[in-house]
Amino acid sequence: MSHIIILPILIPLITAAVSLLGWKKRIYQKNMGVVGAFLLLVVAVYLLMHVYRNGIIAVQMGSWIAPFGITLVCDLFSAIMVLLAAIIAFATILYSCFTVDKDRESFGYYPLMHLMMMGICGAFLTGDIFNLYVWFEVLLISSFVLLVLGGEKQQMEGAIKYVTLNLLSSTFFLVAVGILYGLLGTLNMADLAIKIKTISEPGLITLVSVLFLMAFGIKAAIFPMFFWLPASYHTPPVAVSAVFAGLLTKVGVYALIRVFTLIFIQDTEVTHSLILGIAAFTMVTGVLGAAAQNEFRRILSFHIISQIGYMIMGLGLFTKAALAGSVFYIIHHIIVKSNLFLVSGFAHKVKGSFHLSKLGDMYRDHPYVSIVFLVSALSLAGLPPLSGFFAKFILIKSALEVGQYGIVVVALIVGLLTLFSMTKIWQEVFWKKMEGSKPVLSSVSGFALSGMFIPMVWLALMTVCIGFGAQFVFGLSLQTAEQLMDPTSYVAAVLQSQQ
Amino acid sequence: MHSIILRTATVFLKYLLLVFSVYLLLGGHNEPGGGFVGGLVAASAFILFAIAYNVEEARKRLRIEPAVLIGIGLLTALFSGLIPVILNKSFLTGVWFHGHSEIFGDIHIGSPLFFDVGVYLVVLGVTVKIIFSLLEEV
Repeated sequence: MSHIIILPILIPLITAAVSLLGWKKRIYQKNMGVVGAFLLLVVAVYLLMHVYRNGIIAVQMGSWIAPFGITLVCDLFSAIMVLLAAIIAFATILYSCFTVDKDRESFGYYPLMHLMMMGICGAFLTGDIFNLYVWFEVLLISSFVLLVLGGEKQQMEGAIKYVTLNLLSSTFFLVAVGILYGLLGTLNMADLAIKIKTISEPGLITLVSVLFLMAFGIKAAIFPMFFWLPASYHTPPVAVSAVFAGLLTKVGVYALIRVFTLIFIQDTEVTHSLILGIAAFTMVTGVLGAAAQNEFRRILSFHIISQIGYMIMGLGLFTKAALAGSVFYIIHHIIVKSNLFLVSGFAHKVKGSFHLSKLGDMYRDHPYVSIVFLVSALSLAGLPPLSGFFAKFILIKSALEVGQYGIVVVALIVGLLTLFSMTKIWQEVFWKKMEGSKPVLSSVSGFALSGMFIPMVWLALMTVCIGFGAQFVFGLSLQTAEQLMDPTSYVAAVLQSQQ
Repeated sequence: MHSIILRTATVFLKYLLLVFSVYLLLGGHNEPGGGFVGGLVAASAFILFAIAYNVEEARKRLRIEPAVLIGIGLLTALFSGLIPVILNKSFLTGVWFHGHSEIFGDIHIGSPLFFDVGVYLVVLGVTVKIIFSLLEEV
């Protein structure tokens, strides 16, 4: 049954290839896109259940045994990430069906979306660090095209910053991989984890690890390398923003957590303290940046940055409970953040703007959408009993356990400021009375609006469920953290699976 | 471009290039060549045609929309990866068929061949698509 591990990569690829057979047939590609995303979701659920019950699975591609060939590995962390990716893919592709314009659709919007999903799932599943680089490229190139598809002026402007910085980060990544290979003669991550202990110059390893920190840090948008994110995320269509916001930076976070729990653990005094410091700065700058913004999606973009800070805070603390907090936070964040972007798209559709000053009266016109926003926004700010509360609670508690009071103070203040930002949006967009606005302003059909509404409700319900089922999700996160903190089972699974 | 010499030569060169591209594709397993190079050479045949005549004419000769070629190529390459999975081996494992016939002698056909055919089609499709789009824009 270990073949199932390749399905999250194959399904998007097959979907994209089959969609290409019907080039310029919009409706056909749309249908294929939805079907493919649904299949991906089903497989992802099954994969998580399988890994949860039977432990880590690893498959050697082309029967080349590790550490020589490329291994695909799926532990709980990978499985959770794949599932989250599938959830967001399904929700946003459904949403795209009602929002993306015909031009974009006929220039391969859906196949591109699936190619990007292939890259994302591949990055989560690979057990080879150079292969990770390749998957990064796959997802980046698709995301470049998705970002500029449509060719609006501001899209181009955002894309230049996005492309430049991501290429820079890829270069760092490649250089780091090269040095690592020169030092240790292997690229298999499990094998690296073993061989790195034998190295006689720990200083060099720390240096390489910082290079990795920079490479993944740019992709994850951590302080001080985040500025490409708010410059580009608000430019493409909302569905694309939502996927980017939910998933792309999290691929960087995933990679950080993976290499800094599996490979670079020999000098945690330096590396993980550095990460913790960066986490604090990331949180603060993100949330302060958001406070200064007046554009719906730009506010949300800055909040991504501050939330990334929480995720890597768990990594920086480097205890089991803290990592569980990080995993919980990622689960919570991906769903909530994507949903907030979807809401911003809804507001844009009915009110014709993303600027807070030009929006208003949403609560009067669309009370149900407002509730969806409120649930997500309060969850983001961390109010009980929603998912964000538990995510922050676990992180802060674990920080207190190890006596890192500084980061606790920062995390709490940032939570408060997040609430301030969210109430600002609520005030401006949902409660504010607009002068001279008609109660129903829209050329948009009710059908399209309800179509957009479905994925939003779905994601909002998931947020609520994570909040109420926090016990279960926390259990899962804790188990994931156990696997991450003790890589022996991961290493054993990779090096002994001789299939 | 209106050049009688180029146009006349293109008609012959096209076949030459296409045959050579298939030769490169098939020879690629043991010798220099392979799907990527073969695909580029095949693409050059159509690009030459597009330069000598025009893009519309070249599109007609290609018969298939380049994007569709990319799709077919991807599926072919995937197929080669999935053959071993059906035989309960790991994805992308090379599977070989050995046979003997009176006319061709020993025959060895492996799943990597399909992968190379897939690469050939994808490269052909992508290259032609890019060049055609650029030529049409001029």
